Amino acid sequence: MATDAINYYRNNFLKEVEANVEEGHWVKMCMQCGVCAGSCPLGNAWEHTPQKIFMMIRAGKRDEVLASDAMWMCTSCYNCIARCPRELPITHIMHGLANYAHRLGLAPKNQPTRKFAILFWNNLTKKGRVNELKLGIALYFMNGLVNGIKVAIKAMPLGMSMMKTKRLSPMEILGGHGIKDTSGFHAILKKAREIEDAKMTKFD
Amino acid sequence: MADEKKIGAYICKGCGIGDRVDTAQMVQIATRDAKAHVAKEHEFLCNADGIKMIQDDIDNEGVNHVAICACSRRAKVEAFNFDNVAISRGNIREGVIWVRPDTDEAKETTQEMADDYVRMAVNEVKFMERPQGSEEAVYNKTLLVVGGGVSGMTAAIEASKTGYPVHLVEKSAVLGGAAARMYKGLPMKAPYDAPADTGVADMIAAIEADNNITVHLNSTLTKTSGAPGRFSADISAESGNTTTENFGAIVQATGYREYDASQLPELGYGKASNVVTQAELDEMALAANGGAIKTKDGKDINSVVFVQCAGQRSDKEGHLNYCSGHCCQTSIKQALYFKEQNPDVDTNIIYSDLRTPGVSGEDFYRAGQKNGVTFTKGDVSQVVQDGDSLSVKFKDVILDEDTAEKADLVVLATGMIPNGGVDIDEVGQDEPGQFTVNVDSILNLDYRQGKDIPQLTKGFNDSHFICFPYETRRTGIYTCGPVRRPMDGAQAIEDAVGATMKALQEIENAGKGRAAHPRSGDLSYPSFRREGCTQCKRCTVECPFGAIDEDEQRFPQFNEARCRRCGTCMGACPVRVISFENYSVDTVGQQLKNVDIPDEFEEKPRILVLACENDAYPALDMGAMNKTEYSAYARVIPVRCLGSVNLIWITDAMNSGYDGVILMGCQKGENYQCHFVKGSEIAHQRMSKVADTLQSLALEPERVETYEIAITDIERAPKLINDMAETIEKIGLSPFKF
Repeated sequence: MATDAINYYRNNFLKEVEANVEEGHWVKMCMQCGVCAGSCPLGNAWEHTPQKIFMMIRAGKRDEVLASDAMWMCTSCYNCIARCPRELPITHIMHGLANYAHRLGLAPKNQPTRKFAILFWNNLTKKGRVNELKLGIALYFMNGLVNGIKVAIKAMPLGMSMMKTKRLSPMEILGGHGIKDTSGFHAILKKAREIEDAKMTKFD
Repeated sequence: MADEKKIGAYICKGCGIGDRVDTAQMVQIATRDAKAHVAKEHEFLCNADGIKMIQDDIDNEGVNHVAICACSRRAKVEAFNFDNVAISRGNIREGVIWVRPDTDEAKETTQEMADDYVRMAVNEVKFMERPQGSEEAVYNKTLLVVGGGVSGMTAAIEASKTGYPVHLVEKSAVLGGAAARMYKGLPMKAPYDAPADTGVADMIAAIEADNNITVHLNSTLTKTSGAPGRFSADISAESGNTTTENFGAIVQATGYREYDASQLPELGYGKASNVVTQAELDEMALAANGGAIKTKDGKDINSVVFVQCAGQRSDKEGHLNYCSGHCCQTSIKQALYFKEQNPDVDTNIIYSDLRTPGVSGEDFYRAGQKNGVTFTKGDVSQVVQDGDSLSVKFKDVILDEDTAEKADLVVLATGMIPNGGVDIDEVGQDEPGQFTVNVDSILNLDYRQGKDIPQLTKGFNDSHFICFPYETRRTGIYTCGPVRRPMDGAQAIEDAVGATMKALQEIENAGKGRAAHPRSGDLSYPSFRREGCTQCKRCTVECPFGAIDEDEQRFPQFNEARCRRCGTCMGACPVRVISFENYSVDTVGQQLKNVDIPDEFEEKPRILVLACENDAYPALDMGAMNKTEYSAYARVIPVRCLGSVNLIWITDAMNSGYDGVILMGCQKGENYQCHFVKGSEIAHQRMSKVADTLQSLALEPERVETYEIAITDIERAPKLINDMAETIEKIGLSPFKF
């Protein structure tokens, strides 16, 4: 047994999750019944079920938990929340964990949900409004140039129809619309980030 | 009055009986066939007018034996309750009209059924006497409580509060038992979120202040004899003094001892100094008395691992194969000792199934989680010393991997072993008149069947978990607390209150010569005809309650107050000398003999059903309420317990030309439902030998069947009767018809 393994099951990571993850203080209340794991419609597609994630947190498996794709696969169907006999807000904890992993830079790099989330966030925060044309195109080319062209050609009829019905403006490609005070908006985001970072407790 | 029997038979026409059967003919049968002195029918026997008619006959005509042919004996008990007369009941409603179709074809056989039940009821009452009550009845209000732990102290306090004097016998030098060696107990009050005071100190103070409670410390029982109302106990102190006291009833609250953890070397006990049992940790906490708990060598403790189910819930050699119930909560309690001191101490409970029964239950589990106690579902394989600390090797069952955890202290949740005394199946009783003290025995009973209370399984005493938890198989001796089943302190308190209540009830019943559960209030008791007795000892051996001893001449000596009135002795007696005033070989034998047996050319078989009055008979009654039909050839006779069935009844039935006999008793075995614990089992044993007898008579063994019936078998019980009717159709009528 490696010393690393022995140092697992210290309660440090549980305490870290409790302090830094949204709704993380609920994790200790899990009684390992497995109802969440059995209720999840995507259960088979995940590396770890919520039940396992919570157990891994208690077992101190910090790297494995934060690098897991499990939290990113959640579709927010709320089945687990509705069914949890201990009333844990499981969906929220999963999103909280995903967010925490992302902020620490430990989230899986090529996880599609995470990639899309980054695209969306960058797109939105640029001008305070979502630029659908740019977001769409960025999404097409998310997995490379050739793949992007293929997807774009396939989606062309839909794009043309949207333009005809004035649902999509080709002019958006030039920069697009935004909110009135973009710099004020960015200042708000910066301040919010500062507040969040200050809240974060350091763990080694 | 008792010297001349005058029988009155009363036939009810109500509830549709009058429309379905010819009651006038039944009245004639009662007088002509069955020789009742008076026979009357009534439109509505259980109304005021009907009752008055019977009462008038009792008052004016000298009727002292009453046969009521109306509904089941289980119905209208309050209405048909006449003082100073013997009463039998013919079941015309549930036993006849409700189980037969109302058709022209069925009319003849239905009438025959009703006629037979009239004959049976009149002949039964003819052989009954009104129970006069036992002359042995002794009223002694003093209660003996054995064991001075939480259960015993509760029993003493509760009995004293109710006004009954108590003697409390405790083997050790102090009161308090296991709980006195604990720092704190499980919470007993909402919100059940923290370890609470055990309450032991308050209890001891209450007992010391109570003049009604006499405490005998450093004392054991060296001899207990007698029966409810007249128990006599030798209380022997360590110093050698013995006092003899008389008691009405006994509560045994001898608790438990801890499983010997030295049998668990793989978990490091006895090898690594910082592996302790739960009891040892509680002693450490008690010594620290609110301060930080240190290891034995005085070091700080930063991490504790609790290993649940250590040496229990396992089929391994030497392990306990049951759950001790309290250990999960005790571990939570002890983890909270550390968390209260310092929330940064890691406390992990490794469990296989977390079980939190009892009052605090799930709330306490949540409280542990809220306070940061962690729980890991896993199998611990080994605990080894690893430098300064311990390494707990285990399989994490959720994550499916073998792993390990370091800890400064490892606590083993070992189980409870009941202090039940000696197993009487292993250690027999001395010969009559040669009593010796057994130091391992708790009660040292001088009963013929053994020195302690019979055990059911794993050393826990025999009682029924749901139906009669405090009753033991020794009338007037009640058990409570962990000697009965594993439990925590709060449950033990509740248990002690229950057992004390039963004990006080029994003191009162014994004073009036009445039976205890399940025939509560029954005044009859068994007596035997000494001249006929062959001293075969079957009654002494088979009595489920050890009520029968032997006198110097080796005749059975009935202790009436110990008797539960099941009649197992009566069923056992090969020479049929044992009887009750209102229940005997004759009261049943005459019923079955007076059924009209048609000759073989009529092709009407007769099936005798002997049904236990506790479950099988009610099941048949309830089937009848649902109008579940069964064969018109069946005649049902209720018996007190299948154990009371004497083989002569089977022989008589076969000789009289019955074509089949069905015995319906309760479930036997480890999960028994028998109200007299062993009656059904004994009956099944006896009946297993009947097949040979039948074959020697050139009769098919299928003609006698014994079944275990639950009270819920309301469809199965009638079906079994119909199955027998079909069997008879297949194998033909009995050749013994005259």
